Amino acid sequence: MSPPSGPEKQYLDKLAAGRFEIQRCAACAKHVFYPRVICPHCGSDRLAWVAPSGRGTVYSTTIVRRKPADGGDYNIVLVDLEEGVRLLSRVTAIAPDQVRIGMAVRARVADTLVEFTPA
Amino acid sequence: MRGRVAIAGVGLAGCGEAPGWSETEIAAAAAKNALADAGMTARDVDGLVIASTNIFMSGLALAEHMGIRPKFTESTMVGGSSFVGHLIPAALALDAGLCDVVLVAYGSNQRTGVGRAEAGKYKMALDPQVFEHPYKPFNPPTSYALAAARHMHQYGTKREQLAEIAVAARQWAQLNPEAFAREPLTVEDVLKSRMVCDPLTVRDCCLVTDGGGAYVLTRADRARAAPKKPAYVLGVGAAHWHRQISSMPDLTVTAATESGKRAFEMARLGPGDVDVLELYDAFTINTLLFLEDLGFCRKGEGGAFVSGGRIAPGGELPVNTNGGGLSCVHPGMYGIFLLVEAVRQLRGEGDARQVKGAQVALAHGNGGVLSSQITALLGTEETL
Repeated sequence: MSPPSGPEKQYLDKLAAGRFEIQRCAACAKHVFYPRVICPHCGSDRLAWVAPSGRGTVYSTTIVRRKPADGGDYNIVLVDLEEGVRLLSRVTAIAPDQVRIGMAVRARVADTLVEFTPA
Repeated sequence: MRGRVAIAGVGLAGCGEAPGWSETEIAAAAAKNALADAGMTARDVDGLVIASTNIFMSGLALAEHMGIRPKFTESTMVGGSSFVGHLIPAALALDAGLCDVVLVAYGSNQRTGVGRAEAGKYKMALDPQVFEHPYKPFNPPTSYALAAARHMHQYGTKREQLAEIAVAARQWAQLNPEAFAREPLTVEDVLKSRMVCDPLTVRDCCLVTDGGGAYVLTRADRARAAPKKPAYVLGVGAAHWHRQISSMPDLTVTAATESGKRAFEMARLGPGDVDVLELYDAFTINTLLFLEDLGFCRKGEGGAFVSGGRIAPGGELPVNTNGGGLSCVHPGMYGIFLLVEAVRQLRGEGDARQVKGAQVALAHGNGGVLSSQITALLGTEETL
């Protein structure tokens, strides 16, 4: 147990410092998200942090409907990063109903969360 | 495992609304009905199986409540599919002679129970899921909506086709006096209902009811001595590939492709042999995905397949004959109700909704967010 914390906390600490990083497996060369102790592709524990390009594509999208009084509708997406990993997030800067599957998006860190804007 | 164990009794309790009933009480009431159906009492039970989303150590709670001192207890919790999955350890325990009568039970007061919203907050705090929860997905609907949206994008599936699934379920429910939602429903009604998570409206989503169910599993010889016709377990298969929707490899392909294959292989049957299907329809997209993944139609063709009333009463493939989770009952976890209805159909107890001459029934459970997939094939004496 050499690192000071588990990969989840390391990830969140980086995010809190404004950095979005994912893991890459030194054994099988695949990228991994969310951060793990063991590579889910090959079982190796040789996972190292890398900065992704931030470029991604919307894999699927939905609008969570909410009363205006409670803050109104908002968007939830699954985004595939060009490194080959998928994450759940949101697309901001456009209306929820303007988000389309296949849309090119770019990651940014906002309020300690990774979110996306149209590329 | 084929044909070595059988369901000798089934029972329901508290379906719809059961205000003032605790979850353990509902489970015990369903258990009593299932045992009576099998010609037994709690005294006969020496194996106990239960899963709960709320009750810590639910196996201990139900045993204590019913005065059962089990030799075998099992509480694997993989979501709503759990009670189909419980067939596997229960059958192994019976086959190994660890016990003789296994009671599998479930009870939930999800609709009328007090403090459910508060409990939900605590559960989220205990299990924060930091890579999804901060974005506030309204789960489970959000995850299933993402799957539906992807299927529509990839295969041209239409909202009208998903709505047909809800309408078929409602038409079956109208033939079932025990179903909760029986008022008429049209495709137009489904489309015009309140949108929850695009493309799913509230009528694409299952009911939120109370309810409990139970079944009694024994070795085949003992089941033959029970008052009702046994429903033999011909095959069971389980598979899961993810927990969170963001970790599902392809949102249009579920692990039912594996669970179904395993169950069919064990049963030495194929989709063409199935007379009646009970599919875990927490959302309309579930039914469509499972019809594809279990081999009843090809991938991407589910929308066309369910059109024109094919799975409704009078259609060529009877699916969710009790009305399903969409229109009969859905108290958080629906798995046990799949098996109860499958057994009733095999016994010929379906009354107005009976599928004539049903010999082979498929019950398919789903848990999590299209995560756990468990398929069971049950058959009458003639199928052994």
